[in-house]
Amino acid sequence: MLDHIVFYFFAALAVVSAILVVTRRNVVQSAIFLITALLATAGIFLQLHAEFLFIVQVILYAGGIMVLFVFVIMLINMDVSLHQVQFNRQWWLGLLLALVLGAEFTVAIAIGRSHLSFGEPAPASALEPSTQLVGKVLFSEYMLPFEIASILLLVAMIGAVVMAKKKI
Amino acid sequence: MLMNVLHFVISIWVPLVCALIIVAVLPLVAGYIVLMERKVMADMQARLGPMRVGPHGLLQPIADALKLLIKEDIIPDEADKAIFWFAPLISVTAAMLAMSALAIGPWFQIADLNVGLLFVVGISALGIFGIVLGGWSSNSHYSLLGALRSAAQLVSYETAAGMAIVGGLLLAGTLSTREIIQAQNDYGVWFAIAAPVGFFVYLVASIAETNRAPFDLPEAESELVAGYMTEYSGFRWALYFLAEYTNMVVVASIATTLFLGGWLRPFAGTPAFNFLDYLPSVLMLGIGGYCFYRAPKQPVKVQSLFMVAVGLLMILAAIILAAPLIPAVSNLLPGLKPGLHGAFWFLLKVGLYIYLFMWLRFTFPRYRFDQLMRLGWQFLIPLSIVNVMGIGLALVLHRHWGWGHLPAFGLTTLLTLAVAAWLGWAEEKKDKVHVFVGET
Amino acid sequence: MAMIPISQYLFLGMVLFTIGAIGVVTRRNVIIILMSIELMLNAVNINLVAFSRLVGSAEGHAFAIFIITDAAAEAAVGLGIIIAFFRNRETLLGDEMDLMKW
Repeated sequence: MLDHIVFYFFAALAVVSAILVVTRRNVVQSAIFLITALLATAGIFLQLHAEFLFIVQVILYAGGIMVLFVFVIMLINMDVSLHQVQFNRQWWLGLLLALVLGAEFTVAIAIGRSHLSFGEPAPASALEPSTQLVGKVLFSEYMLPFEIASILLLVAMIGAVVMAKKKI
Repeated sequence: MLMNVLHFVISIWVPLVCALIIVAVLPLVAGYIVLMERKVMADMQARLGPMRVGPHGLLQPIADALKLLIKEDIIPDEADKAIFWFAPLISVTAAMLAMSALAIGPWFQIADLNVGLLFVVGISALGIFGIVLGGWSSNSHYSLLGALRSAAQLVSYETAAGMAIVGGLLLAGTLSTREIIQAQNDYGVWFAIAAPVGFFVYLVASIAETNRAPFDLPEAESELVAGYMTEYSGFRWALYFLAEYTNMVVVASIATTLFLGGWLRPFAGTPAFNFLDYLPSVLMLGIGGYCFYRAPKQPVKVQSLFMVAVGLLMILAAIILAAPLIPAVSNLLPGLKPGLHGAFWFLLKVGLYIYLFMWLRFTFPRYRFDQLMRLGWQFLIPLSIVNVMGIGLALVLHRHWGWGHLPAFGLTTLLTLAVAAWLGWAEEKKDKVHVFVGET
Repeated sequence: MAMIPISQYLFLGMVLFTIGAIGVVTRRNVIIILMSIELMLNAVNINLVAFSRLVGSAEGHAFAIFIITDAAAEAAVGLGIIIAFFRNRETLLGDEMDLMKW
């Protein structure tokens, strides 16, 4: 019962924030609503017993990536953009195609719904020492993707520094 | 349905009471930390500090709070009103929410999360948004610059603080605050002694994290007016101030939990030091005696009565703290001693850490912003990474190769200090050959 | 207590993904396009974590961490590109970034 309340609360918050992200005229307000959407997603992770992922989402996504976004928004003067047209000329086509995509997904989920319950769902305690389990998986089976991800971050850092320099 | 809700609320009454106490008491505590800072500042500058409002200035925070509440609420003309209103709330909420995973004594914790320590670090990192949005929504150059500088400083030192915490977590093996303190109990030694370089890095990073001197350029009065707080007046400013001092308490609590043994008495496992159990009561008796001694010397009769009342309160606290030491009482309520004494030691350590902050504030001159960033990125972050590697090495030496505690941790501390010395020497050398070639 | 049926988590993921897709194809401001991409990545994360909870293993969590890492790298480089372009052309609208048109 508490599960349901928490899930519907965070789901509603996420969806409402997402709609506000894509429809606001002011970019700073969009950024604030994206922060709310990310925190709502973190809440859903917590409800799914993924505690480590919850805190990683808060620290990295909401506390790192969004700070980067907010910095860039504040360093670029966006007063001009408040008076421009917000949606491009083919907005109706984009909306239609995205809704068709959504309808496809809905049909797929609705048809496949009964096939998704293979036996009993695992008990919540299977995910219990969340940090330890993620660490074990990350450093044993998925060591290669882990190393590749660290090289990716190094490349991104070098790329961002080069991009920001005035003279290379 | 209503019965379900009622049952649920009754089952979580302990966290609820703790939360109510934190929300109600923390603003008052923050006010008295401000008073403590002014008194310590005065002491280090050979003067007396606030003495007028209440005996020895003890009612100064209440007067300040009243003044801030009745001040005029000024909102700049072109400011984005919704965000201007919302920004201090983000700071205060983040700071107070971070208190919820910390255990002040074995009895007093709102939620013992699996990822407790990381939760505190992450949520206090969300306070950056309060600063940036506040500075931006004020629609003023000083505010925006101050806000961006402050946020850049916070983000830089967050990495160093996080890596220093990881160094301590390697020793603890768990992220839950309760179990970290239990691990320090099992180890027999506080992690500040086993990993002193990590503790030092966390100390410096936490001073920068809370925008305290010598890292307080973004809010120094002579630099950028008041940085992001320039356009805030009255109660909104008080909210920012409350957020800053609550952040200090949070950061001190993290350091106490992870490095200074939390609610453990010094030498908790050694029976030879059991006389330290009497220290809380003796301390309270000492303060009460001092209050009685100063009471007749007050200029005004009301203040004398107030001092006598404070003295009696201290005597009462001494009696309450001494109660668990009587065998009859401790047989009746076995949880009383860890609860009361644990809370006392935790608050004492937090108080000493905050006193250290204040001591450093009134001793060192301010860092310039580029020096600050250089210190963070080019000294503290490499040092904290080397510290993590060093503690890993120490654990391998201790657990797999069977070295004792002292040789293993002593060796790695020496190695880390050598790396720190080399980093510092490299910085010095770089300064000496700084020839200005006119390029930007 | 039984878990909430997984189709509800998948539906939530789908709704967020669609809203993100609408943002990407409809808005002109490139920063909002980047933010919509972040929304889509989050929707994928919700799916992964829901399945990980169903199966009871932490591999979905590890994959979600990789996706968050990837989103961070992409946001950093993307914003760098936007700043570099803004310095040159003074515009933030995707419609006006048409240097390669002839």
